[in-house]
Parts: sequence; structure tokens; C-alpha cells
Amino acid sequence: MRISEQWLRDWVAEPGSTAELSHRLTMAGLEVDAIEPAAPGFSGVVVGEITACEPHPEAERLSVCQVAGAGSQDVQVVCGAANAAVGLRAPLATVGAALPDDTIVTHTELRGVASAGMLCSARELGLSEDASGLMALPSDAPVAEDLWQYLDLDDNVLEVDLTPNRSDCLGMAGVAREVGVLARQPVTGPEAEPIAAEHGDELNVTVSDVAACPRYLGRIVRGIDATAASPLWLRERLRRAGVRPLNVAADVTNYVMLESGQPMHAFDLATLAGGIEVRRARSGEELTLLSGDSVSLDGDTLVIADHAKPVAMAGIMGGSATAVGEHTNDVFLESAFFAPSAIAGRARAYGLHTDSSHRFERGVDPEGQRWAMERATALLVQIAGGEAGPVTEVCYSEALPERGAVHLRASRLASVLGVELAADEVRGILERLGMGVEAADDGWRVAVPSWRFDIEREVDLIEEIARIHGYEALPVSRAAVPMAMAASPEGHLPRRRLRRALVDRGYQEAITYSFVSAALNESLDPDQRPLALANPLSEELGVMRSTLWPGLVGALQYNRNRQQQRVRLFETGLRFRGELGTLEQTPMLAGIVAGRAQPEHWDAGARAVDFFDVKADVEALLALGGGVDAYRFEAAAHPALHPGQSARIERDGEVAGWLGALHPGLVQRLELEGPVYVFELALPVLQRAKRPSFQALSRYPAIRRDLALVVDEAVSAGEIARLAVEAAGERVRDWMVFDVYRGQGVPAGCKSVAMGLILQDVSRTLTESDIEATVTGVVSRLKQELNAELRE
Amino acid sequence: MTQDLEQLTREAEEAINAAHDLEALEQLRVGYLGKKGELTKRLKSLGQLPADERPAAGQAINEAKQRVEGLLQSRREVLEAEAMEATLAAERVDVTLPGRGETVGGLHPVTRTIERIEDLFVSLGFGVAEGPEVEDDYHNFEALNIPADHPARAMHDTFYFDAHHLLRTHTSPVQIRVMEDEGAPVRVIAPGRVYRCDSDLTHTPMFHQVEGLLVDEGVTFGDLKGVLDDFVKRFFERDLAVRFRPSYFPFTEPSAEVDVACLFCAGDGCRVCGHSGWLEILGCGMVHPKVFEDAGVDAERFTGYAFGMGVERLAMLRYGVDDLRIFFDNDLRFLRQFR
Repeated sequence: MRISEQWLRDWVAEPGSTAELSHRLTMAGLEVDAIEPAAPGFSGVVVGEITACEPHPEAERLSVCQVAGAGSQDVQVVCGAANAAVGLRAPLATVGAALPDDTIVTHTELRGVASAGMLCSARELGLSEDASGLMALPSDAPVAEDLWQYLDLDDNVLEVDLTPNRSDCLGMAGVAREVGVLARQPVTGPEAEPIAAEHGDELNVTVSDVAACPRYLGRIVRGIDATAASPLWLRERLRRAGVRPLNVAADVTNYVMLESGQPMHAFDLATLAGGIEVRRARSGEELTLLSGDSVSLDGDTLVIADHAKPVAMAGIMGGSATAVGEHTNDVFLESAFFAPSAIAGRARAYGLHTDSSHRFERGVDPEGQRWAMERATALLVQIAGGEAGPVTEVCYSEALPERGAVHLRASRLASVLGVELAADEVRGILERLGMGVEAADDGWRVAVPSWRFDIEREVDLIEEIARIHGYEALPVSRAAVPMAMAASPEGHLPRRRLRRALVDRGYQEAITYSFVSAALNESLDPDQRPLALANPLSEELGVMRSTLWPGLVGALQYNRNRQQQRVRLFETGLRFRGELGTLEQTPMLAGIVAGRAQPEHWDAGARAVDFFDVKADVEALLALGGGVDAYRFEAAAHPALHPGQSARIERDGEVAGWLGALHPGLVQRLELEGPVYVFELALPVLQRAKRPSFQALSRYPAIRRDLALVVDEAVSAGEIARLAVEAAGERVRDWMVFDVYRGQGVPAGCKSVAMGLILQDVSRTLTESDIEATVTGVVSRLKQELNAELRE
Repeated sequence: MTQDLEQLTREAEEAINAAHDLEALEQLRVGYLGKKGELTKRLKSLGQLPADERPAAGQAINEAKQRVEGLLQSRREVLEAEAMEATLAAERVDVTLPGRGETVGGLHPVTRTIERIEDLFVSLGFGVAEGPEVEDDYHNFEALNIPADHPARAMHDTFYFDAHHLLRTHTSPVQIRVMEDEGAPVRVIAPGRVYRCDSDLTHTPMFHQVEGLLVDEGVTFGDLKGVLDDFVKRFFERDLAVRFRPSYFPFTEPSAEVDVACLFCAGDGCRVCGHSGWLEILGCGMVHPKVFEDAGVDAERFTGYAFGMGVERLAMLRYGVDDLRIFFDNDLRFLRQFR
């Protein structure tokens, strides 16, 4: 909402300086976003009148004008505007004038003809975008008067960012009312005396959707001059409010809207057939709007129709066929109250947003229609002549918004704001806001004025009082709340701990978009059908990720394209699986690793990262919860992973995640250089921590026995270890695989796995025969299950 | 005998002082003091002397032996010190060469900022809650007093899946879920990702918010002012002026925007603050009674406050980042600056 300060001062004589006014509005919730001058600066521009106009001898498009206004003699100005003509009054920038684009007007010569000044378009003066010709000034504009003074441009425009609850401030009257309250100043607006009917013609008005249109006023004004120019003051006010002047009927209705907040519409009476009906559109009905767009209306849309067709989308935009044009003689003015619920969302559904819909969907004063009608009639007749008829009013008062009285308790006011305000101040604030105040039990009964759509309950009044009293003036307190010790569950591993572990292992945390391209998600997780957005920004951000890998792959590509070869990234966040209704939104921890195993170093090789480098990172994460033994790595196929370097990680049979090398084919398709390792772990599994439980330490020595076992290539080390530990029983303290060997002494297709078993008993020193028995047990079990041979 | 001993000690002294390493010294020790050493031999041969000469001879040999032992010991100390010197010299390294192994990584600045916010509120006894990102219309809008076609919906450019499911446009639905689950009193913050269908220089379609909610008996607007005033000063570690300005959110009333004195111009007005001297950093207010009613909290007995802040905005101000979009490029050169 753009507020001309000058215009506002017509309503409130002393609102304070511009800065004070702006601060007051901002601190009352009407945030002033910007303060702009009414026009960019110019000087030395006067009202000029063209007294002679001849074609330029050398240039077809130029004319040579004699212009009055700069001193006692006419000056000669060469001009390129098509509308230059004798008698036209237009801005004349005299020699020495400074224009908004910083040019200084000088004596010059155009194609051999001297020019001592410049006739200006509105655009050249920064007054509008209109550069179609010279800015035509009224024929009574005083020649030679300084244009800045004439247009009264010593004004500022305050750009107020209104919140949606304050529809009452969508007109100068409302803003002035607010400023009056804040500055404790009287507010005086223009009067709108009833205009006596000069003829008796009326259009029949029927309202078939009463709830949507409880009040409709119409009036016929006959015999206007539709080509009459709106006066300069009106055009300037429209311009400063950001509304483009059009024709007298539109200018007047727009002006009244800016003044009162009540949108209006003017129809060309001759184009209306029969009478007016306010009704829902019939499906299939079409309407060509003022904007030129044709829309097909649905049954949810309220329309103004005549007896043949819809003529306007009620409260949103009129139709082009019934618009006032230069040949219009008689107009039908409309001033109605459309219920917010009948307008809200409709404009948006048609891709429209108008000054009118903006106001109606937020709520206009249901008592303001007659004032607006009288005001608009007066202005129209004053500017364009014509004879007003009687006002036709259809009103269903029972359907108008009800403004009941609201009970405000002093005790509640104090308990919400944390301070007891004086009863006089409370009453004073409410009364200045236009509310009726009566004493009531523990406070007041407050009658809400018709223009306030945002006040229905007690807390709405509390906010009003806080706002006008000033938030800054309310006390600051630090609440004493009962001490309640928070739980600290040891069975839950904090996500922070997991992030820190990866950070300490050289990973950088990434945050990637939760929506990804369907194609990339498909490449990395082809078994899932990801959830698609109905209105994505782009195909690249079209579906919800079913794994965190697409984002990380994107981040790897991004960094690889910027000379970063060694990349270690991780991310935590939700992955989305399944369909709406049964959608699983699971927090995951995922990583991507590529490049050298170690940072480049003077004493280290350039070995590329491999499976076991990354597995160590994953194992470190698994170990943080204290239950690392519960996890198993199973060789398993994953469509995005290298078939020989892919592990499904399980915890007690539940899938905890995946680790592996991206499939080389995929790496190639993604134009990455391999190998690239990825992992993804389900945080709910990972975060289940085990509380440590003490085991007595043995006082007897531990003994280590190493076994080198020759097995088939297909046998996994994990399987050997699992069976060995199982066979060795409770005396196993620890075990490790310390070598895997292939080559001389081991048959082809086989490998030798060397493992150490550390044995210990809690109650005695193990004897040689105890150990021998245990080892024999292990070896025979491995022979039996895996056909393992002890290597000599 | 005495002469012989003197001669022997003199020779020993020369030999010992000439020994260049511990091995040579050990050979000398064996040669003089070992089982078959010169002095040992002489001690063993004492028995062959007449009884009356033995004490004097024995004493002389022992003195010679002590003297040689002393010489050996001194020389050993010298040689050991020299050996240590040599070892140390050989083991000298260039301490300016970089250390070996993995270097440390870092958290994303958004996470760093969220953790910082969490820590500040956890220190006041707030818990940390989470909620779904694919939300239903009810929790994202209806329960927050934003019915269908409410103009406030136009301010949320919403990503939809169907008529009832959407990506949450703010973290406020977590307020509702916490109150539905736990009732009152309650004290939580809820950090997380939020989504708006908007992408330009100053908007990314995904960003982060931290929501806060405190509901109890006797909670006032003054308490809200107090907690946020403290938060701003602790977060920025500066005694910044804070102002509360009336605003509008359908789910709080009274509602406020919180501004801090511009960090870059100390309130004088600059490009960053749009020459106003103030930076808008968060929205807040007293929980609307309608929200309490819908969530099953007794709106007469309890009052409460809620606030919501944009994490990227705070991170940008705190760390001087001037481009929102860089947060989601995941450029390592950017991320490494937040180690």
C-alpha cells in the first residue's frame, strides 16, 4: 500500500515528521518498507505552451516549436514527439534544467536548427513509464510556472507492508484513522453528501447468492463526457499510489477505492441487457475480462450478470464488453459488499490478483458502500458532468458480518501482557480505535466497529491494546518456571555424536535438497517409486529422494567440476519411501567418498580410497553405540553398487544400511571418475545404543593361538570367524583376522586366512591341553562346515 | 709390586681415555676387572705372598681396582652422553613438515548454527523436537488457524503432493504435534528443513527454521521479550539493541517481528539493513487461544509463547555470508571455512 504523505496530511493535520510518522506506523504493525520521494528530482522545468510548430526542414520526424514559458520571449525547441502541436501545454526543461537522469539541458543544434530547451515526456521527468509523447498538461496550466510547484511534488510516498489482518487500512481513511490514534490527532476526511436524483431511472438488481453479496448498490449516471480528462490532482494521487490513470470513470472509482478502501466498478449502461443479477456462474459460461483474457467460469465463481450474460467477475475484475469507453454516455456504478469467503482464493484460482480482490478477500467495511457511491457520483459529475439517478440498494442485513460485543477482562489482559495497564488507558485506546466501551464484570464490553474484520475475541483486543500502548513499553521479564530435570537416555546415541565422528575422520557435512531429479533417484535406487511433487520448481527438483545418495552424488559432481579430487561428504536427513498415507520418512546418515585414501602427504603414497577405508569409517559409527558386535556385513547385491563390493549392514536381522562402491557403469554414466564409495545408514537403528555392563576381569593370563586356514575363495572371513568363535566357546576373549594370502603354497581358487584367537578363563590358568582341545575343536568345526584345511 | 700397579693403572688410564666407544670400554673393563683381568689376577695371586705382605699388597690392589673402576665409570658417562648426542642428532626431524593422517572435516554452517541455537535454549530447559517434512494440510495450516483460502496462505508458496499433503512451509506444525502428544506444560524447540516454492537471489526452495514453544501457567508477553532479548545477545555475543514490532501470524496473538540493531552499521543505516538501521531476524507471539483449543490445551489455564527463526538468515549475519544460495551448493571451498 503506497501512502502519499501529502494526501495523508489532508486527513491528519499533524502526524509528525516523515521519520516520526514512519516510525509510528512501523511500531504499530503497519511496517513502512520504504520512503520514496513522489518524483525523482528535477529542476528548471516549467509549464510551456507551444505557440508555433513547423516541420523540421531536414528531418521528417522532428518539428521546430516556438514555446512560451521560459522568460519573456518564446524559445525555439526542436522536438521529436508526435503530439507536439500548437496550443499544447507541456513540460519545458529550460536551458540549465537538471533532469532525473542527471542530464543538464543546454543550447544545442539538431540537424542544423538551434534548440534552446527540451519539451519532456512524463518518463523523461521520472513521473511515469509513459514515453509515447509529450506529457500533456491541462489547458489551464499556468504557463511559466515551475512544474515542481505546479505538480506539488514536495511529497513522499510511504510503502506500507500491510499484514493480511489489516484490511481496514487498505484505504487512506483507514491509515489516517490509525495515524490519528497513534498521534492523538483528529481525523478529518472529505464529506460525501447524498446526491439528489436528477432522473428516476434504475436498473433492477437481484441477488441470488445472499451470503456472498449481502449488500449491492447501483446507480445510473446519464450523459457523462467519458472523454473528460481527470484533473491533475486526481491523476497525481493515483500515480503516487501506483495506479495508472485510465479514463474518468475508472480514475474516479479507483480514487474512491484508494480513499475509502471500497472497490467499485463502472459499467457502460448501454451494454447491459435488462437488469443486474448477482449469482454464481453457470458452468461453461465465458467472460472476457478487462485485461483481455477470456476465462471459462466455474460454478464456484460469483459473477455480476445482466439478464443475458455474466458481465463481471464479482469483486475481482469487470468484463471488457461492458467497460466504459470513450463513446460511453451513461454509466452504471456499482458499490457492493462481497463476503470475503465468496472472493478468497477465487482470483488466485484464475491466476488473477487485483486491487479489488485483494480488498474483498480480506474484508471491506460492510457499512461503507453508500459513502463510496455518493463520493464517486459527486466526483464523476464534477469532472465528467451527467445526471445522477437514485441509488438502488439491495441489502440482506442478516447476512452482513456480525460485529458482536467482545468481553475484555482486565485480569486476562494483565496475565497475557505481564503488566496491569491503567483502566483509563485501556478505555482510551479502545475508544480512539473507534470501539464502543462499556464497563463490565472484571473489565469492559467492547463493541467492534464495522471495518475491523480482525477483532472477534478477547485476545484480538489485547493485541490492539498492546500495539497502541507500544510493545517497546511493555515490560521484559525472565520467567521463573519450575525446575524439572530433563531425561538423558543412555540408550539413545545423539545424532551430534555421529556427525562429530565423521567430522573427526575428515568428512565435511553437506546439506542437499530433499527433492531431486527422478532420473538420478532412479539410477541410485531403481526399486523405489519416489513421491512426486505436484508443483515442482523444475524436473531437476521433481521427486522426494528415496535415498540420500542423489544429493551427495550431485555434490561430488559439483566439487569435481571445481578441481576438488578428494571428496569426503556426509549428510543427515529424511529419505521418503512409499506412498502418501503410508509414507515412511526415515532419518538417514549417508556418505560419499572418492579420491585418495589419505590427504596428499610427503610421506604417503597416492593410493586411491578402497572399500576398507570407508568400511572403517562405517564401523567407527557402528561402534559408537556400544553394540558393534550386533552388526553384520553381508555381501549382497544392490542395483547401484559394484556387485563385488557391496555390503548390506544388518543389526539383529534388521537392515541398518548399505555400503559399497558405486557401480562402475553408473560412475561412467554420471561422468564421475571412479572409484566412488557410498554408504547410507538408518539413524533409528544406529542411534539405539547399548548401556555398558561390567564384566569381571580375569586374573589369569590370556593365551593367543594363530591359525592359518586354507579355504575356498567363496568362503568369507566373517563366516570363518563366526564359526571359530562359536566353536571356541566362552573362553574367547578376542579374535582378529591378521592376514589374507593367495599364491605359492595355496591352491588356485583358494585363499589362506590367518586368524588369531585370544583365549582366557575367568577361574584358572589355561593348560596346554585345554588350549589344544579348544583349537582342535575350532579346526574340526571349520573343516566340517567350510572344508577348511590348516595350512602347514 | 707397587711399581707394577702404578704402571698398570697408568696404562689403564691412558687406554680408558683413548676408548672411543662403549664397546671398547667394555673390553678394557674385562681386561682389567673381568674374571681373568689384570687386577683380578693380581688379587687372586695374593695367596702366594708371604702372610705379612698380604694386607699391604691387598690394599694396594684394591685401591688400584677402585681407581680403574672410577676411570671406567667417568669414561662411560662421557661416552654414553656422546652416544645419546649422536642418536639425538640422527633422529632430528623437520618439525615444520605436516603431520601424517586424516585432517579434520567440519559441520555445515547451517548445522553449526542450529546446534548453537539448540545449546542456548537447552540451557534454559527446552527440549528438542522433530516432525515430518511431508506434512498434512491440517498441521501445516488448519491447526495453526490458517483455514483454506486465508490470505496468509498466499504468503506461503507451498509445494503440494495432493490436495491434503504438502511439504511443510514452516516448522510451526511441530508445535501442534508436540501439544497433541504431550499437552501442557511444554518447552521445546524444533529445528528442521522447510520448503517454499520460490527460487531467486534471496530465496531457496528449501531452507531451515527453528521453532520454539513454551506453554505453562502464567507465561506472559514479557517472558517472550525476555527470552528473545537474551537469545539475541547470546547468539551474536554482542549487546545488541532488540526491538519488538507488532506483526501478524494467524497462530499467535499478540504477534511480533523481532528486529536487532544492524550488525554492520550499528543502527546508522547501510545497504544490508536497507538503511533502516534494523535487521528483521525472527517472528514470535503469544500462542493463539484457537490453536490451544484445537490442540486440546486449556486456553484459560495456560498461556504460552512461540517463535520461529530462519537459520540461514542467522548464519549469514553471524558469519558474514552474503549469498543464500551458496549454502546448498556444498562447495568444499565454502564448507571448509566452517571447520
